[in-house]
Amino acid sequence: MNASELAGRVRTGETRAVDVLEQHLRAIEECDGELHAFLTVLGDTARSEAREIDRRLGAGEDPGPLAGVPVAVKDNLCTRGVPTTCASRILEGWLPPYDATVVKRLRGAGAVVVGKTNLDEFAMGSSTENSAFGPTRNPHDPRRVPGGSSGGSAAAVAAGLVPIALGSDTGGSIRQPAALCGVVGLKPTYGTVSRYGLVAFASSLDQVGPFARTVADAATLFDVISGHDPLDSTSLERPNPLALARLEEGVDGMRVGVVVELLDGADASVVKRVHEAAEALAAAGANVEECSVPEVSYALPAYYLLAPAEASSNLARYDGVRYGLRVDASSAEAMNGATRAVGFGPEVKRRIMLGTYVLSAGYYDAYYGQAQKVRTLIIRAFARAYEQADVLLGATTPTTAFELGSKVDDPLAMYLSDVCTVPTNLAGHPAITVPFGVDDLALPVGVQLLAPALGETSMFQAAAVIEGAAPAGALPQICAPTIGAGPTSTRGER
Amino acid sequence: MSVEAWEPVVGLEVHCELKTATKLFCGCRNAFGDEPNTNICPVCLGLPGSLPVLNVKAVELAMFIGNALHCEIRPSLFHRKNYFYPDMPKDYQISQYDEPINVNGWLELPDGQRVGIVRAHMEEDTGKTSHMGGGGRIHDADHALVDYNRAGVPLVEIVSAPDIRSAAQARRYVEELRAILMAIRASDGRMEEGSLRVDANVSVRAGRTDELGTRCEVKNLNSLRSLARAIEHETERQVSLLEAGEPVLQQTRHWDEQAQKTVALRSKEEAFDYRYFPEPDLVLVAPGPDWQYQVALCLPPMPAERRAKLTELLGAGGPTAAQVDQVATVVALGLDTLVVEAASSGIEVPLALARTANEAAADADRAREVDRAAYGTLLRMEQEGMLTPTQAKAVLADLFENGGHPADIARRKGFEALGAGTVVAAVADVVSAHPEEWARYCQGEDKLVGFFTGLVMQATDKKANGKEVAAELRRLRG
Repeated sequence: MNASELAGRVRTGETRAVDVLEQHLRAIEECDGELHAFLTVLGDTARSEAREIDRRLGAGEDPGPLAGVPVAVKDNLCTRGVPTTCASRILEGWLPPYDATVVKRLRGAGAVVVGKTNLDEFAMGSSTENSAFGPTRNPHDPRRVPGGSSGGSAAAVAAGLVPIALGSDTGGSIRQPAALCGVVGLKPTYGTVSRYGLVAFASSLDQVGPFARTVADAATLFDVISGHDPLDSTSLERPNPLALARLEEGVDGMRVGVVVELLDGADASVVKRVHEAAEALAAAGANVEECSVPEVSYALPAYYLLAPAEASSNLARYDGVRYGLRVDASSAEAMNGATRAVGFGPEVKRRIMLGTYVLSAGYYDAYYGQAQKVRTLIIRAFARAYEQADVLLGATTPTTAFELGSKVDDPLAMYLSDVCTVPTNLAGHPAITVPFGVDDLALPVGVQLLAPALGETSMFQAAAVIEGAAPAGALPQICAPTIGAGPTSTRGER
Repeated sequence: MSVEAWEPVVGLEVHCELKTATKLFCGCRNAFGDEPNTNICPVCLGLPGSLPVLNVKAVELAMFIGNALHCEIRPSLFHRKNYFYPDMPKDYQISQYDEPINVNGWLELPDGQRVGIVRAHMEEDTGKTSHMGGGGRIHDADHALVDYNRAGVPLVEIVSAPDIRSAAQARRYVEELRAILMAIRASDGRMEEGSLRVDANVSVRAGRTDELGTRCEVKNLNSLRSLARAIEHETERQVSLLEAGEPVLQQTRHWDEQAQKTVALRSKEEAFDYRYFPEPDLVLVAPGPDWQYQVALCLPPMPAERRAKLTELLGAGGPTAAQVDQVATVVALGLDTLVVEAASSGIEVPLALARTANEAAADADRAREVDRAAYGTLLRMEQEGMLTPTQAKAVLADLFENGGHPADIARRKGFEALGAGTVVAAVADVVSAHPEEWARYCQGEDKLVGFFTGLVMQATDKKANGKEVAAELRRLRG
C-alpha cells in the first residue's frame, strides 16, 4: 500500500498507526536479513511515535499528510540520539544531539521514522558496496546492486519495507538507485530542501529528496520536506513549487526535449524505454522533440573534480578529537592520521586525496577553476535548452542493475554510472526518475525527467503521465509478503 | 654599517574580536572567561550536518570598521582555509580570501602620518588549546584540553600596508587603531584577553632604496610593549644577518616573551597550503546602498576629531606637553565625553582633563559608567575650594567604587571645607614659629613653600588647600 493510502486510512480511523507500524516492522524483520537495507531499525522509538499519532487522532487532531506512515531515512541524515554513521567506521558510536530539518518536517507531517538506511560511505559510490557495514542487495535480484549511494532507501521502498524514504543526491545518489530498484526518486532544485543535518559530502551539490513507489507519494513527500529553513543559508526564500496539488493537470501543450546526449552510451533496452516514454508524453498531448545539449558530456569530469574538492574539506573534521572513532597515538597529528587511516574506506580516501590535490597551490586553476567554468557552461547550455522545452527527457542510468563486485575494482566504470544524473546536480536543477518497464533480464528501467530550477510542478505532471503509461514491471524477488506492494504490482492493478 | 643606516619596514595584521552578542555563524554567546565548553552548539563545534548562518551584526561591525578606516566596502565572499588543528572544529576556518568586505583604506596617526589599510576582512576565531601535564609546554605535555567557547567568535583581520618605519610608530598605529575600534564599539580593546591580537611583518632595507627586503612574520604579540620590543629585536636580528653577509630567510617567527627574542616557527617551504576555495555553505555578502548609508550615518566621532575638540576646549596658547598626553589618554579610553560635559557645565578644562586623564583613566571601566552629574559636581567642589586636590581624588575613588553623591561622600570622609580665615591663621602661626626659614623665604628661597605648606597641612589635618597656602605665603612676603 502506498503512503497516501496509508495516511488516508490512519486519518479516517480505518486503521491505527501502531498496526501499520507493526506490519512494516515485521516486513523489515523478515526481509532485511537478506536485503540489508537498514543499518538501524528503530522499533521502540517508532512505536512511541506511532502511539502518539493515534493519541492525537483520538483527541481530534490531524497529525498531517503522512499520518502514521512509516518512513526510512538515509543514514547520513542526523537523528537525535540515534546512530548516524554515514556507513563509516569513523562515525561509529556517534549520537547526534539534534535532528536534521527534514527529519523534523517528516515528524511534523505525522510520519514515523522506522530506521536508518545503508549507503555508500559518506554517500560516495553508485552501488552501496562502499558501506563499511556490508552491501545492500537489489530486491529484484539479490546478486545485483541496488545502486547508490542511497541504495538502502531505494531497496527498502522497492521491497515494500516502507512506502517512502529519504535519500540524498549529490551526483545521482537518489535517481540512480531508484532506477535500478524500480521506484520513483526525486532530486529537488538545489535550495528547496534544507541541508541542515545532512552530513555533507559536496555541499554545493548535495540535496535531500524522496523515494516512493508512486509519483504522487514522491510529490507528497517533496511538499512535506521542502520550504525555507533559516538554518541553511543556501535555502531559497521564495515559495516552493507545488507538486501534489497540480499533479494531475496533464501535459497538453507541454514542450518536451529528448536529450540525445542523455541516451549516448546507454543500453539499447534503456534507450528503447526512454523513446516509449516520449511517445506516451506525445500521446498525452505534449510536443516532443529531440534536442542536443552537448555540454552535458563534460559534466562527469567536472563533477569528479568539484565533488572531491568539497569532500576533502567537508571530511577534514573527522580527526578523532571531538566525536566518533579515535585511534590513539603519540601526538595530535599522529592520532589524526591513524584515526583517518583506520576510519575511512578506500573510496573515501581516494576522493579526499583527489580533492586535496585539485585544491593544491599550483593546481587549483587547472582543475578546480576549470571545473567551475565547465559548471557555468553547463548551466548556460541548460538555459538554452529550456528556451525550447519545458522539461527534458533522457535515461537515468546507462544500464540496469549490475552484479555485486563487478565494478568495485574499476572506479571509472563505477563513476560512469552517474553520467546521466550528474549534469543536473552541477546546474542545481531538479530531476526525477520514474520506473518504466523492465529490460530483457526483467530488471527495472528508469526514465529521467529534468526541469529548470523550481520547475518541479511541470516535471511532476510529466512524471505522472509517464507513470500512468508505464508497461508492467516485475515483482521484486525480495519483498514484504504481507504488504506485497512492489511498484510493478501496484501498476498492474490499474 | 650600523643599525642607523638600516630602516625597518613593518606591516601589521591586527585581529580584532568583534563584540557581538553571539558568534559569527551560530547563536552561541560570544563571551570571554566563561566555563570551558559552555558556549557551544552543533554549528560552532562543527558537528556533522551542521551549517553556518552569518550573523548580520558582525557584518555591520565589519562595515563600521571599513568606514572608520576609509575603506571601500564591497560585495564579499567567504572561503574555506583548510588546515588541521585540534582547536579548529571543522579543520578549516571560514575566512574571507580574495574578495574581502573592506579594501584600500588608511589610518591617520596623531602626528598626521598615514598608514595604508590593504584590507579588513571577516573570519571566525578558533578554540583554545591548553597543554597539560609534563612541563606544560607543547612538546612535553601529557595531553591537551580544548575549549571551544572561542570557536566561531567573529574576527575582523585588519591588514596594514608596509608603511610603518619604527617600533614606536607601530605602537602608535595599534594605539590609534584600538581607540578607533573602541569608539565604534567593535572591540573592548583588551589585548590581555586576546580581544586584539597583533602579528608583525618585519623586513629591513638599507637607506634610500624602494625595494623591500625579505620579511619575517612575528606572532604572539600580546601587548603594545611586546609589539615594540619584538620589532626592535627582529630589526636588530635581520640587520646583523645582513651585515654578516647572510640572507634573511622568509619565516614565521614566534615572540618569546621570557627570552625577549623571536624564534623561528616555520620556513616558507614548511608553510601550510591552505587550499582556499569558496565556502559553499554561505552566499555572497553584498550590503546594499541603504544599509551602507545607515552605517556611514551612524559612525560616531573618531578619536582624531575628539582630540581636536578637547584641544580646542583648552583654548588659546595650546595644550602643554602634559596636556597633549592627557588628551590622547582620555580619548583612547573613551573618557573624553566626561571632560566635554564638565567643561560645558563651567568646569575649568585643565582641571577636568587632569582628573579624567589621571584618576578616571586609572579606573576606566567604572569611569565610563559613572553618573555624569555626580562627576561634574565633584569637579565643581574641587574648583571652588570646597575640597583640596587630595580630598577630591579620595572622593572620586569612592564615587567610582560605590557611586553616590560627592557631597555625601566628602562629609562621610570628614572633608569639610575650612572656614574662611582658618588657612590665614594657620599660615601666620607656622610663620611666626619658624622665623629663620621665613627669613630665607623672604630672601627668595621659593622652595621653602613646600616646607611651610607641609606644616600647615599638619596643623589643619590635611584639609587646607595647597594653592591657598602658597597664595597666603606670597601675600605675607609682599
